[in-house]
Amino acid sequence: MDVISEFFSEYDGLQAFRTTIYLTLLSAVFALLIGTVVAVMRVSPVRVLQVIGTAYVNIVRNTPLTLVIVFCNLGLFLQLGVALANKDSNTFINDNNFRLAVLGLSVYHASFVAEAIRSGVNTVPLGQAEAARAIGLPFLKTLRYVVLPQAFRGAIAPLGNVLIALTKNSTVASVIGVTEASAVMKVMIENRPDVLFIVFGIFAIGFVILTLPVGVLFTSMSKRLAVKR
Amino acid sequence: MSSSSVLFDAPGPRAKRLYAAVGVGSIVVLLLVLWFVISKFNAKQQLTAAKWKPFLTGEIWTQYLLPGLAGTLIAAAISVVLAMGLGILLGVGRLSAHAWVRWPCSVIVEFFRAVPVLLMMLFMFAVYANYEVFPPERLALAAVVTALMLYNGAVVAELVRSGVYSLPKGQGEAAMAIGLTDGKTMRLVLLPQAITAMLPAIVGQLVVILKDTALGYIITYEELLRKAEQIGNFKSNLLPALIVVGAIFVIVNYLLSLAAQYVERLMRRRGRSAGGPLTADPTDQNTAVGALAGAGPSDTVDTN
Repeated sequence: MDVISEFFSEYDGLQAFRTTIYLTLLSAVFALLIGTVVAVMRVSPVRVLQVIGTAYVNIVRNTPLTLVIVFCNLGLFLQLGVALANKDSNTFINDNNFRLAVLGLSVYHASFVAEAIRSGVNTVPLGQAEAARAIGLPFLKTLRYVVLPQAFRGAIAPLGNVLIALTKNSTVASVIGVTEASAVMKVMIENRPDVLFIVFGIFAIGFVILTLPVGVLFTSMSKRLAVKR
Repeated sequence: MSSSSVLFDAPGPRAKRLYAAVGVGSIVVLLLVLWFVISKFNAKQQLTAAKWKPFLTGEIWTQYLLPGLAGTLIAAAISVVLAMGLGILLGVGRLSAHAWVRWPCSVIVEFFRAVPVLLMMLFMFAVYANYEVFPPERLALAAVVTALMLYNGAVVAELVRSGVYSLPKGQGEAAMAIGLTDGKTMRLVLLPQAITAMLPAIVGQLVVILKDTALGYIITYEELLRKAEQIGNFKSNLLPALIVVGAIFVIVNYLLSLAAQYVERLMRRRGRSAGGPLTADPTDQNTAVGALAGAGPSDTVDTN
């Protein structure tokens, strides 16, 4: 069982999982922002915005996440010189990789968030929007005060699914050198191939601990916050 | 679906002007963004003919892109077949009347749904390498396929379960009434209908599997993304190579999602016209398929 103590002392596995959590939470916030904008564009009355929103979702959703993340590093940073951190700082490489990973994860998951919110908009009965128009609210105010608040409450379950997927997908950030859980597991397996089943078990349980409560929480929230109709 | 179209009324003259203005404004913004990207590309010499010409030559396609696409498609095809098998097994196991079958199956399904595919891929790669299960040149493919099979098998198991639950209760009761055993009820009556009903979701899941084969890049499996990197090293045009490979992925996956929609429409039509005499409630059939189709996208969200 010395491998378990090694996980905590030598490899600092907790720090690795903390990085996973930071990656997930930051990307979740940005993905929610971008996704909401895209969803609003898709339901807006302006044709051009609809087309842009639909194109975004269709393109991003059909591209592998690995490709998106690799593109952020090899394409954006190495080829185009887009850096997201201060070049003079000592931790430039780590900061930059981390932020590029957040960028890639947010852009990718924003398309799923947009779809989740759009499905939430579909749960709002027609009468709600009609009533809002009847009292003279223009499109944006209809969305802001009537439709979106209900749509978000209807979209909690699918949004929870996106968050769980995002937690698991944050492992892909290891491909551009972010030392999160999967990167540390890879190193541990290389150093201790004799106990690789235990090593995998530790990390797998780590992810079960991260994702299971989220699923339970969002399921109960989606029931508790569902708009009573 | 159409509820989004009632968020706004048919526009009057003022609204029409406003929409036109917003439309023109967003086109201008889009063009500005495009211009910015293009000038950025240009400044870094990414738009030169030398970087993009190779994609018009046969060599790049026969040496890199097509073998890469083949690698991606082969891994996805093997994975989906194995995942279907495993998924049906686990799904039926989860519905079993025996607790000692039901529980292990539930634990396996929940476990593989919670663990990242990449984690499993790295692990299987190490296992296969350490115990020399596969010849070295097949190692990466085996690891990719195993990881995708386990994860998607768990997803398919959930589809099977919701497919069986979505069937009208009379189906199982009728089977029991004519004296079929539990096993036969499942095998002859419930499962065939459940599998038909979940076909659209399975085709949708293919998109997820196809995308996830790109994870094989990390364990050196020779798929499209790896080939893009090789092209980049060979012709020093990494950025164009990534963009071309991305476009190939988008096109293939878009075709697959069109296929999924087509299958769904087909099933819906058939469901309505066939709708068995006693299950005759066509709306019931539709919600069955619709619920699954609904489960489809959200599962795609979940899986990816």
